[in-house]
Amino acid sequence: MRIDVKNLTKRYKDKLALDNISFSLDEPKIYGLLGRNGAGKTTFMEILSGHIIGSSGEITIDDENPFDNGRITESICLIKEGNNFKKDLKVKNVLRIYSIFYPNWDNALADELVKEYNLSPNAKVKTLSKGMESALGIIVGLASKAPITIFDEPYIGLDAAARKKFYEILLEEYELEKRTIIFSTHLIDEVSLLFEEVLIIQDGKLVLKEEAEVLRNKTCSVSGTVQEVEDFIKDKDIIGKKQLAGMMTAYVYGDMEQAKSAGLNVEGVPIQELMIYLTENKGA
Amino acid sequence: MKDKLDDNRPIFLQIKEQLEDSVINETIKPGERVPSTNEFASYYKINPATAAKGINELVNESILFKKRGVGMFVTENAKDILIEKRKQTFYENFIQPLKNEARKLHVSNEELVDMIKEGNINEN
Repeated sequence: MRIDVKNLTKRYKDKLALDNISFSLDEPKIYGLLGRNGAGKTTFMEILSGHIIGSSGEITIDDENPFDNGRITESICLIKEGNNFKKDLKVKNVLRIYSIFYPNWDNALADELVKEYNLSPNAKVKTLSKGMESALGIIVGLASKAPITIFDEPYIGLDAAARKKFYEILLEEYELEKRTIIFSTHLIDEVSLLFEEVLIIQDGKLVLKEEAEVLRNKTCSVSGTVQEVEDFIKDKDIIGKKQLAGMMTAYVYGDMEQAKSAGLNVEGVPIQELMIYLTENKGA
Repeated sequence: MKDKLDDNRPIFLQIKEQLEDSVINETIKPGERVPSTNEFASYYKINPATAAKGINELVNESILFKKRGVGMFVTENAKDILIEKRKQTFYENFIQPLKNEARKLHVSNEELVDMIKEGNINEN
């Protein structure tokens, strides 16, 4: 499904959570939605899911507004950090309810995952540990098979092995059938290889939207003497730089080969680092 | 096979280089099947589209060929093509950095040549 965001703004009393952002996600891909705390990621995902409305601008999914729109909301599954489910429901009833709501629901997958994560179907949500509750969210998100599935920091309390299992199954499902998966997390190092495209939000603005592979290819850190590095970066788009004892490292969008032939020390910048440099410098 | 891929270089290149290395050192021989896109994706937890890009480039360079419905296989000439290609990039990948470092250390041309002559590349 196609997502179009046009001049979307969301204002809470004195805070601008989303500041006039525009972009389109036109293909089923795994998107990484990254940003610092309070950058506006969650607000965006809630508007996309039709849970809240923007203050101005618009968001459309296949040209329809998701807010209060049954046809669209059954195509979108948002799994949040917590409190996804009513506390008094049993696990099996949570699954039953979602299986009715989502037309593509995969019962077999849900059952398999309940066993995988050792959830007892008769346990009430309020008796589950944080990790177990997160596991239930992940199960619902995966089994919904919603054409747009959104995970907003879905694994509070989930241990490393359980997270790895989640990535594995996410990939398996994605290979079987492509769908739009929007993944927001602070554990970027763990998941960045899953992303096909990366969006970075900072202070309510979209500061970057690019294919992950292009980022890996085009962002580099170049090191050398201050003079050498300054010469190399003067016509480049600079993300950040630092210097120590006459040596300088600069983070730039540029051609690695070109930097190498200039005799500089060149390394790629992992997506996690890029996110940090991009969001540190703004407002600093 | 490497255990993990680096996030600071294009993933498709790393997949590609791995397959190239396997062909050059004959862990995968002509006519043998290479892992599929999905096998790479599950092994490394990477996006399948990215793995596919690495494999497709090798198809375009005649290192791999596709048997419909069966998978990707190593071509007869794969090793020769790769060795020729690696030779072409040998200068920039290995000699150029060597020269850069030598210049920094004020190693003269003669000294550098003498160092290269020490030992024999067929040893070890």
